[in-house]
Amino acid sequence: MSASLEARSKSEISFTVNGEQKTVQAFPMERLLDVLRLQLGLTGAKEGCGEGECGSCSLLMDGTLVNSCMVPALQAQGASIVTIEGLDASAGSQRLQEAFLECGGAQCGICTPGMILAASHLLNKNPRPTLEEIKEGLSGNLCRCTGYLQIFEAIATAAGRETAASS
Amino acid sequence: MNHERIVGTAVPRKEGREKVTGKAVYVDDMVLPGMLYGATVRSQIPRGKIRDITFKPGIAWNEFVIVSAKDIPGKNCIALIGDDQPCLARDSINHPEEPVLLLAHPDRHALRKAVDAVSIEYDPLPAIFTMEESERGSEIVWGTDNVFKTYLIQKGNVDESWSKADHIVEGEYSTGAQEQLYIENNGMVAAYDAKQGVTVWGSLQCPYYVHKALMALCDLPAEKVRVVQMETGGAFGGKEDYPSMIAGHAALLAMKSGKPVKIVYDRAEDMAATTKRHPSRTRHRTALSRDGKILGGEIEFTIDGGAYATLSSVVLSRGAIHAGGPYYWPSVRIRAKAVATNAPPHGAFRGFGAPQSIFAMERHMDRIAQVVGLSPVEIRRRNFLQPGQTTTTEQVVREPIDLGKLLDRAISVSEYQTKKQEFAIENRTGATKKGIGIAAFLHGAGFTGSGERYLSSVVGVEGCADGGIRVLVSSTEFGQGTKTVLCQIAAEALGLRYEDVAIAQPDTTEVPNSGPTVASRTVMVVGKLVESAARGIHQTLKLSGMLGDSYSAEEFRAACLAYVAAHGQLRAWAQYDPPTDVFWDDEKYRGEAYAAYSWAVYVAEVSVDLTTYSVSVNDFVALQEVGRVLHPVLAIGQIVGGVAQGIGFALFEKVIWQQGRMQNNQMTNYIMPTSSDLPPIRVFFEELGNVHGAFGAKGIGELPMDGPAPAIVNAIEDALGVRFDSIPLMPEDIYDAITARSLRDKSDVASVIR
Repeated sequence: MSASLEARSKSEISFTVNGEQKTVQAFPMERLLDVLRLQLGLTGAKEGCGEGECGSCSLLMDGTLVNSCMVPALQAQGASIVTIEGLDASAGSQRLQEAFLECGGAQCGICTPGMILAASHLLNKNPRPTLEEIKEGLSGNLCRCTGYLQIFEAIATAAGRETAASS
Repeated sequence: MNHERIVGTAVPRKEGREKVTGKAVYVDDMVLPGMLYGATVRSQIPRGKIRDITFKPGIAWNEFVIVSAKDIPGKNCIALIGDDQPCLARDSINHPEEPVLLLAHPDRHALRKAVDAVSIEYDPLPAIFTMEESERGSEIVWGTDNVFKTYLIQKGNVDESWSKADHIVEGEYSTGAQEQLYIENNGMVAAYDAKQGVTVWGSLQCPYYVHKALMALCDLPAEKVRVVQMETGGAFGGKEDYPSMIAGHAALLAMKSGKPVKIVYDRAEDMAATTKRHPSRTRHRTALSRDGKILGGEIEFTIDGGAYATLSSVVLSRGAIHAGGPYYWPSVRIRAKAVATNAPPHGAFRGFGAPQSIFAMERHMDRIAQVVGLSPVEIRRRNFLQPGQTTTTEQVVREPIDLGKLLDRAISVSEYQTKKQEFAIENRTGATKKGIGIAAFLHGAGFTGSGERYLSSVVGVEGCADGGIRVLVSSTEFGQGTKTVLCQIAAEALGLRYEDVAIAQPDTTEVPNSGPTVASRTVMVVGKLVESAARGIHQTLKLSGMLGDSYSAEEFRAACLAYVAAHGQLRAWAQYDPPTDVFWDDEKYRGEAYAAYSWAVYVAEVSVDLTTYSVSVNDFVALQEVGRVLHPVLAIGQIVGGVAQGIGFALFEKVIWQQGRMQNNQMTNYIMPTSSDLPPIRVFFEELGNVHGAFGAKGIGELPMDGPAPAIVNAIEDALGVRFDSIPLMPEDIYDAITARSLRDKSDVASVIR
């Protein structure tokens, strides 16, 4: 660590991640994404663009879908955070993950954790979304591989609904 | 023998579970003990000589590892086809993103400031930024004439066709640069020790390209360079050649510091500095008979290669060979040229030159249709290649392809004729104009011409101690489904369950060189070799007396276990054996350009809003013949994903250049299609089979990139009655064209009144 950075002071920040209480030392403006990846080893959230466009660093913070590259660590104080690593447990999440596998919703996989969190967030709010609502729900998450249709299909399948997006 | 059919079914993606649970490990997820972070100091000018490099005060420079060109142990180049591209500029600068110095530090935040605190002084030289400037030759920036490569393809006597022609149709078409925009940025981790040499782990397509480049750069023998592919978050050609550069940089820092070094680009650096699709310009002059048959033509295909040769010669080759489309040319002359400019080198992107020349061909066919007075459907039907006829390189079409039948089916499922009539009526009123357009095309699978012969790929299959088998290839997975499909092929060949087959992580100390993962070659060429090697395992077990001709999966497992226990290991290899009836002349550029082609007809339906001048694609039909479809879900994924990138190429993705530098190198201002931008993409396959590929498969990955742009622009012309010959076609271009037309119409009226 260089002298200039050591001079600035780190703060103690506490939050819950995937149900576990964590306390970290971080610079207040450090990105939550980096704190999770580098300090807590939660590498499921990915950096795609670093400016809140691509959604590959998506996670749930107090039930809201956020781009963790845009969240200063200090803002996470007291928050409850769910990452892809914590999504494993619930039956709904598993259904979503299975549907992504079955429908071809994951190709290179780099956007997948963010996509699944966005999808999970959508289904929590709206368990039976229409195709238009699915498109809207994923509009902050970019995928370069799939052309999205098989992702829509996966979400519709997990929701128990057919989609006519692809034949 | 177990007759369970694995090929043709949607088995689960091999590495799928790791991906959906976030457990898949990409290069940026790797941390090694004592690891430093590396960064690149780049030139800021397009062309000149480095006069001086100074390190500004205020930075604890003694904490940094600093590498310059003089630290390179071997040859200062990124060895690829040629070796003209330096790894680090020593004194000459040829584009504005040229790496000059490398820095490493334990704290990545400290790096950014340090990069900014390196000051480079230059003696600038005049630079060139367009193909036209390069062709004029007022400044020679590469070689003796700014030309990386030319090809001449000649068939018949074109010069005789002009006098016989009832119509001669000319056109000029152009396409812009396109960023691959894989969501995972480029990155590498390197480690060095004197005994083992250099190891790199990274996001890459071609482990043995990186291996070759590192041997030359680090002056190390093959056994002291190890390249491991990590899970790779998209590539699309964009991780074909540039990873060798980043691997070289990380390796140099690791060698100098003695510590592992990670270099991961951020989005801005990745977009600005790494390769993009070559901008192109195509000129057509075509002789036609009264009934719309092509008699002959001249095609001039030019691409902007940027500052170094890299892959331009092979991109040019594929573009030139595809320039005549799926049509029969009794005579043709194709002149192709790749020229140098002072932009970062352009490189591979899905389609590799073909989307550029096919855009031109398919726009030109619509223009020909208008001149001759035929429909876009009929002009294509009359000129389609038929089995027994020859392509522009005089390759005889041996596949029993019936393009007329593909066209009929595409027209039918898209309801082309009905919609065409409906739109013509609807468009008389209202501020939204609708149109429908088609594109017919082909894409050759595998390396061009003698390429596969030179590559001479090797694959292995091994029997494991647990009784299962494992595929050994350097072919990489980056989303397409390489791992899944190659395991399906091995399982099918041996009559095993899909679950019994594993595939090695590409690591040059473990897997043979099965060639690069490019050119739609993996399923067809590598897949066939996997099939042979898998059969070799059975052969060995049979010859050893441990297994008969027919067996159950359990019997195979027992035999495999017993063999490994007795002999230590069970391995079979297969090497590419060129078909004896395939002929290619590298000098004349004539003969069997590809062992097989995939064929397609795409139909796009658009609406153009005359208030905002924006285009919506409302429906898209993608019908193709790709041989046997080995995995229906992955195959549809390839087509839909390719069409989405094609829609971006046509309508969204515009690189803004200034002095050879990308200005909009962010996802906020370089726009790719989002979930809301895409129409239903309806995918249809015809399956003819192919003698060359595993279980009848041909290439699929690149094909869907070729057709969307011309189909969409043809549909826009159908909607507006205005011709567009350049992509990306942005709302402002449509506004300009419509405004220009209405001004012209007014002046026509004025001249009549006078």
